[in-house]
Amino acid sequence: MSVQATSMNRFLRIFSGPFGALLMLLYAGAVTYLLTLDPRSLLGRLLLFSALALIYFIPQRPAVKFLLGAAIALMIIPAIGLRNPFLLEIGFQIAVFATLALGLNVVVGFAGLLDLGYVAFFAVGAYLWAFFGSQQIWHIDEAPGTFTVFATFPFPAWWFWIFIPLGTLAAAGMGILLGFPVLRLRGDYLAIVTLGFGEVIRVLANNLDKPINLTNGPQGITPIQRPPLPAFLISAELLATLSKWAGRPINENDVYGFFFYFLGLVILGLTIVIARRLDRSKLGRSWTAIREDDIAAVAMGVPLRRTKLTAFAIGAAFSGAMGVLYAANRTFVSPETFSLTASISILVMVILGGLGSIPGVVMGATVVTLLNIDVLQSLSLQLSSLRQGPDSIPLLGIPWKDLPTQLDPARYQRFFFGLLLILMMIFRPEGMVPAQRARLELHEGDAEGIPGAEIEGDITPDEKLAD
Amino acid sequence: MHLRRVNPFKEILRPLGQLLIFVVGSAAVISAITLLLAVLLRPTRSDIDILQVTLVLLPQVLIDGITLGFMYAIIAMGYTMVYGVLEFINFAHGEFVMFGAFAGVELLIWLNAQGVLKTAEVGLALVWITLAVVVGMVVAGGLAVTTERLAYRPLRGAPRLVPLIAAIGVSFLLQDTMRFLQSAINGDFYRTFPEFGPFAQRLTLFTVDMNGRPIDVAIQYKSIMLIAFGVVMLVALNYMVNATRLGKAIRSVAQDQKTAALMGIDVNRIIALTFLIGGALGGAAGVLWAFRFTRVDPYMGFIPGLKAFTAAVLGGIGSIVGAMLGGMVLGLLESFSAAYFSIFSNGAFGAEYKDIFAFGILILVLIFRPQGLLGGKTTQKA
Amino acid sequence: MSFILELDKVTKRFGGLVAVSAVDLRIEAGSISSVIGPNGAGKTTIFNTITGIYKPEEGEIRFDGKTIVGMRPDRITAQGMCRTFQNIRLFHNMTVLENIMVGGHTQTPSTAWGAVLRTRRFKQSEEDARQEAQRLLLYVGLPRGLGDQLARNLPYGQQRRVEIARALASKPKLILLDEPTAGMNPQETESATRLFRRLRDELGITVVLIEHDMKVVMGISERISVIDYGQKIAEGTPAEVRKDQRVIEAYLGRHAESTTISMH
Repeated sequence: MSVQATSMNRFLRIFSGPFGALLMLLYAGAVTYLLTLDPRSLLGRLLLFSALALIYFIPQRPAVKFLLGAAIALMIIPAIGLRNPFLLEIGFQIAVFATLALGLNVVVGFAGLLDLGYVAFFAVGAYLWAFFGSQQIWHIDEAPGTFTVFATFPFPAWWFWIFIPLGTLAAAGMGILLGFPVLRLRGDYLAIVTLGFGEVIRVLANNLDKPINLTNGPQGITPIQRPPLPAFLISAELLATLSKWAGRPINENDVYGFFFYFLGLVILGLTIVIARRLDRSKLGRSWTAIREDDIAAVAMGVPLRRTKLTAFAIGAAFSGAMGVLYAANRTFVSPETFSLTASISILVMVILGGLGSIPGVVMGATVVTLLNIDVLQSLSLQLSSLRQGPDSIPLLGIPWKDLPTQLDPARYQRFFFGLLLILMMIFRPEGMVPAQRARLELHEGDAEGIPGAEIEGDITPDEKLAD
Repeated sequence: MHLRRVNPFKEILRPLGQLLIFVVGSAAVISAITLLLAVLLRPTRSDIDILQVTLVLLPQVLIDGITLGFMYAIIAMGYTMVYGVLEFINFAHGEFVMFGAFAGVELLIWLNAQGVLKTAEVGLALVWITLAVVVGMVVAGGLAVTTERLAYRPLRGAPRLVPLIAAIGVSFLLQDTMRFLQSAINGDFYRTFPEFGPFAQRLTLFTVDMNGRPIDVAIQYKSIMLIAFGVVMLVALNYMVNATRLGKAIRSVAQDQKTAALMGIDVNRIIALTFLIGGALGGAAGVLWAFRFTRVDPYMGFIPGLKAFTAAVLGGIGSIVGAMLGGMVLGLLESFSAAYFSIFSNGAFGAEYKDIFAFGILILVLIFRPQGLLGGKTTQKA
Repeated sequence: MSFILELDKVTKRFGGLVAVSAVDLRIEAGSISSVIGPNGAGKTTIFNTITGIYKPEEGEIRFDGKTIVGMRPDRITAQGMCRTFQNIRLFHNMTVLENIMVGGHTQTPSTAWGAVLRTRRFKQSEEDARQEAQRLLLYVGLPRGLGDQLARNLPYGQQRRVEIARALASKPKLILLDEPTAGMNPQETESATRLFRRLRDELGITVVLIEHDMKVVMGISERISVIDYGQKIAEGTPAEVRKDQRVIEAYLGRHAESTTISMH
């Protein structure tokens, strides 16, 4: 495996060895300092996340990379998060969407099935907890907007923990249900049908408020409970101490911010581990085989239907779990969240990152999420502040305030995603971190004793009779 | 190779005949099923007589269904032609429809601003509408050819997933591009088809006596025009495909690209022309859609596009005649479900579910009869 | 004399085209036989029908006495039949070892749960599969270190061997080889032929070949079946088939002189 002496590689080589590790630490430290001075800095956040990406690529031992990454994810981000809770929210969203993207990656990247309605499984998990973790059960026979909020709930809040596996199972079940009829369909038909399925789920979420009110229609369900926190985490002393460190009042909501951030990371971590282990197993090989050549795979004894169903189920399961978390974090769900744009944005994460590549997909999710909720929003905010002022667009001479409200960067996700998809397909369909390389990279530090790919010259078969 | 003698008369009469059979046949079947359901469900409601209400609504539902069917059929043709030639579902086809619609509407809005529309008599009004349709066709056709050249041609040899994903990208890109354009032009993202001419008026066909109350069965001039336009387009397309050299070239590329190339056909040009024609048809359908539903917005092409795809699959993907039948059936089914769901289910399920109904049909067709009602190209690889 | 594979009047139609017409075949267990015939005669279609990719319109197919018509291909493989393909169908973006391990799918007991939890049984099963794949790699005469090469980087001759190793991984009783020596030079053909013999002699596998190389066919087969236009036109020992008039005509055309089929 030759290392191409590209400029990128030369740059990365700066970070090799103990000096390199120190350099990385310094970089992280510098960004941290920047963020400490200005916790709201967009540049700081972007640099922080790119530091995480950089850590992945630098030539260091896996253990070192893990430590560096953990330092940022588990120490630096929470510390800054104390000052700027938005950072924790971003972290949580990234964890959620990275998990979703990993699930879609199993379906599209591993098994080669283009699912365009993937967000439906997310919706299943979210609405499951939304229904049982709120008071909706008591309002089944009432129309939306006609009822009041009570003080108690049908299920105590700790049921959240039970609903995580339940949501996983429900979504997996839905995956199998969807899988059964569509398995025999060829690629493009499968895509359209899954898209239709996604739309069906959204329309159902929007309209199942009569004859019985299950989803409360377009208004959504709220309030949804969060799991109870142990007493010491919200004790007055702890809050006071945290407030002192943060320089601003810290309350229960902020603690929940930390809670969901860490929980999100845990589930993301579990998902990564499970996805990796499945990839490097008989099932993973079966998926790759049917993706590459399903007739040859079947001829080798791989059961086509069951293998595809398993992909659907597992991919869906990841989403179901995160759906529960999502509902609890926001305390509110509505059908809007589960639109086609959401399904496509998850697809963009996978494509951008690299079909079939676990690290690629996580990075893709990070980039797209940051774009979605951070970069575009910031541009949007800048634009509206410009609109308040007296200046004009340079070169065009049109005053900012005359710019129609429709021209708001935050609303042009479809444009960016569309453009991204087209460009990626034409110029780099394998994504930022292609699966092939990721696989070879994953083997780099392995102790499996696989020798390097050296061909021992052409030895005639007779000499090989001794097994 | 010599062209077999084509009887142009036959090539016009045949699709007309097929169309008539499709319309009458599907209308009859669906009406019969609905009436049967009405009779069976009659006892479930005491506040209204389901059968009577069904009958009263029936003529309008039929007309709506037929006009909708024509529009779906025209859009479906675009899908099916591209699929026939490239074995590729152009996910962005609905957006070509949308662009055509906006082009036509913008023209009419401009004409309206010139004061020309308000005073137009029937004849002149027809001319303006036709002009709008033509403009829509030109814009949509041009967009289609450009898209093919820029986004699809580079991906010609790629694995199937790749152009499909690119098409999704094109679809999204076009939607937001139109939104951007509209915001820049008029500050908002939608437009309304201007009111002019006598089109909204109704022509009474006959009167029916229902329990002592005379009910007028009338059809809007608008609907008559829509049907007329639809018939002309479908027949013209059929003629083009079956009776002209271009059509023959398209059919041969659809059957076997390599051989067609060997026979001297410029495959790239034919593919571009296919997109042009398919896109133009979509554009025309878009203007007609705007005519019928008056409001155009950047997302209006998406769902009809999906439904037209359902129609194409229902009829048999790759088959032009199939697209006609599929479109007609789907249009009628949608019209009926929108009108009767709520009545039959006592308010539990309303017209919102008509979209799900269409998707449900798609799934059922793909599971049980993937080759569609009329057969056509094999849809599953060996 | 036990027949491991029996075809009774098997007919396969595609629309109006009859690709295979009332073909009878009897393959003895532990033998090497060949199926030959001009291009397009329907030989690969027969293979595809036997292995379950196509379902015959008429006829019976029995494997080891058991009817397999209508069985899914992966079930048929589990019964003990495997095949290679005319245009090599390796999994190009997987390594050689991985390709072979996929072939061993039906012999590998690991489950998804085991994979996720990394149970000892899973690790053992993966290790066994890997070692078995390595063993098969060497058995078909490929160099030891080839295992981690991507399949698509291999030269043609080696790819063919990988396909055979992959088919062997399912521990078949019967192996169907579709033009296994196509594109090989004389030395490669020589060693391939030796491999086929070893499959029968050492592993007791029944071998059925589709072949165009007459030297191989005549040299290795115990029985030959000749297919033309979807029908079986002759069957017998190499000596019998070589002299059969219908066979000569099928290959050389109606007006060919009556000559024996030359070994080129």
